[in-house]
Amino acid sequence: MQKSIDQINERIRDGNARVVTAEEMPRIVADLGEKKALAEVDVVTTGTFGAMCSSGAFLNFGHADPPIRMERVWLNDVEAYGGLAAVDAYIGATQQSTTREENYGGAHVIEDFISGRSVELRAISRGTDCYPRRTITTELLLENLNQAIMCNPRNGYQRYNAASNTTDRILHTYMGMLLPGCGNITYSGSGLLNPISNDPRFRRIGSGVPAFLGGAPGMVIGEGTQASPGSGFGTLMVTADMKRMNPEFIRAATMTGYGVTLYIGLGIPIPVLDLETVRSTAVRDEDIWVDVIDYGIPTRSRPSLSKVNYAQLKSGVVELRGEEVRTSPLSSFRRARVVAEELKLWIQGGKMTLALPTRRIDSEKISQPMHETVQGPRVLEIMDRRVIAIGEGEAIRTAAQKLLKGETNHLPVINEQGVLVGIVTTYDISKAVVNPAKGPLVKDIMKRKVITTTSEEPVDIAVQKLERYNISALPVVDREFRVIGMLTAMDLGKLFGGRWLK
Amino acid sequence: MKLLVTFSRKEGKKPIIAQVVRDTGVLINVERALIDSSEGEALIDIPDESCRLVKEKLEGMGAAVRILEEELNLDEAECVDCGACVSICPQEVFSFDGNWKLRMEGKKCVLCGRCIEICPHRALSRKGEA
Repeated sequence: MQKSIDQINERIRDGNARVVTAEEMPRIVADLGEKKALAEVDVVTTGTFGAMCSSGAFLNFGHADPPIRMERVWLNDVEAYGGLAAVDAYIGATQQSTTREENYGGAHVIEDFISGRSVELRAISRGTDCYPRRTITTELLLENLNQAIMCNPRNGYQRYNAASNTTDRILHTYMGMLLPGCGNITYSGSGLLNPISNDPRFRRIGSGVPAFLGGAPGMVIGEGTQASPGSGFGTLMVTADMKRMNPEFIRAATMTGYGVTLYIGLGIPIPVLDLETVRSTAVRDEDIWVDVIDYGIPTRSRPSLSKVNYAQLKSGVVELRGEEVRTSPLSSFRRARVVAEELKLWIQGGKMTLALPTRRIDSEKISQPMHETVQGPRVLEIMDRRVIAIGEGEAIRTAAQKLLKGETNHLPVINEQGVLVGIVTTYDISKAVVNPAKGPLVKDIMKRKVITTTSEEPVDIAVQKLERYNISALPVVDREFRVIGMLTAMDLGKLFGGRWLK
Repeated sequence: MKLLVTFSRKEGKKPIIAQVVRDTGVLINVERALIDSSEGEALIDIPDESCRLVKEKLEGMGAAVRILEEELNLDEAECVDCGACVSICPQEVFSFDGNWKLRMEGKKCVLCGRCIEICPHRALSRKGEA
């Protein structure tokens, strides 16, 4: 048995369509079986409500008198992209205010407009024969704009890897606050309610398909940026009229220490036309697996600590490395449900009919990392290759002599195998002279916890370590933890005037 | 019951909490303390029935004592029930009810301030500072 989209739309128009949410569907299929579920259910509604950084809106302000060709545009001190004709601009959600930094940004401008608050527009121009005006300042309400069309390049991630942190310090990330020593796990997405998780082959979701966006009826434009449905991380580009949105479903937010983002309610109705759609919409939280990624490692391919599913994440506690770790969703499952329920009401009430994709999204596509032609500097290129080290069993006095002779302030301490076991600085030695009680040997006074770098590490990461721990030198170690050089604040000077400034 | 004890250290470094424990026999749980050269602040937890005794004793030793009740303010209009606060709270103040609505048990709070700092929607504040 198969149903056509026209049959379903007819039933919607007659008010007879059977609409359920993606949360209800697994139960229905389990109870009725796939065939009966296909006969019974016409539409499955999905929903998600979470932080979606890659969002923004095209705005048209209308022409001033005398007219201006806006070159740079600010809305409440948040810069909007003005490189679009005379009075068009794109306000991006994550752009931050020039005056209020991470406390206010493009997302807040969007929320202010939708909530009916006035927003100050400032723009400058060099002036042309046809657009003589050079500056403008005016207060605008959403109703004063000709168009305010939200157009989000990347929304509705199919699923998202969870986050944790193996380092010994707190991290502030776009995945929220991550406590040291894997003290917590954060995750995002609504699991079984996520739109793409209910249609991972993109058989029903594609260009032209209707959607719920921020409380307004909207549309899927097509594949989202960075979409990687081939690896289970599909995304969508979506649009809707901001003038019809509701602040309940559009909320500006700040991830402390990271920046501004926009929480968005997004839902897509899926017409149940065949058995394969019945199966895909019966997806459960237990079926959707993600990695727990270690955000303590500052590289693109961060290691996975574990694999978990949304049922485990939503239970509030996950076992990680033999310990029970508490979880935080960063998206609101409560509001995701409201989105799916609201969409259900729209369709039951005949307010929205469905459509098939006018263009299919490639479900095999895999997103690629950046093609980099110029590699940034690595520690190897600027480190000091002279290694002046001392054995842990040597006298403090010997260390002092070495420091003087080597004209350095940091002395890595090595054991008999040449492995780094500590570090002493001129400060440590001064302290030992003033207060000799600790003992006469280097190992009595050395710091055992040494922050190190490697020759292959990007200089930017090494600099972050120097700043974070408020230190001025890092021993460079090889795989066996033997010292092969030192990187000091002085070496960083080599970056200036050298090839890296080209 | 939680008490916020503030004291000056100008008159010397008296071990006032230890003294109170010894004199009253009440087991005091220090949940948070910040002590520098001139003053100190400690957040202590004690059995409800010993509150008066401990408070009077501490005050007798020159400390200022404030009984902490619900000190944390949740702005329901701003909160979207995202739960970013749930796993970062050392006291497990936050949880979800059966409908995924955020639940706050302010009595457990020791005012570490972490949730206020990280709430993405700026929905949390200390009472009186909202």
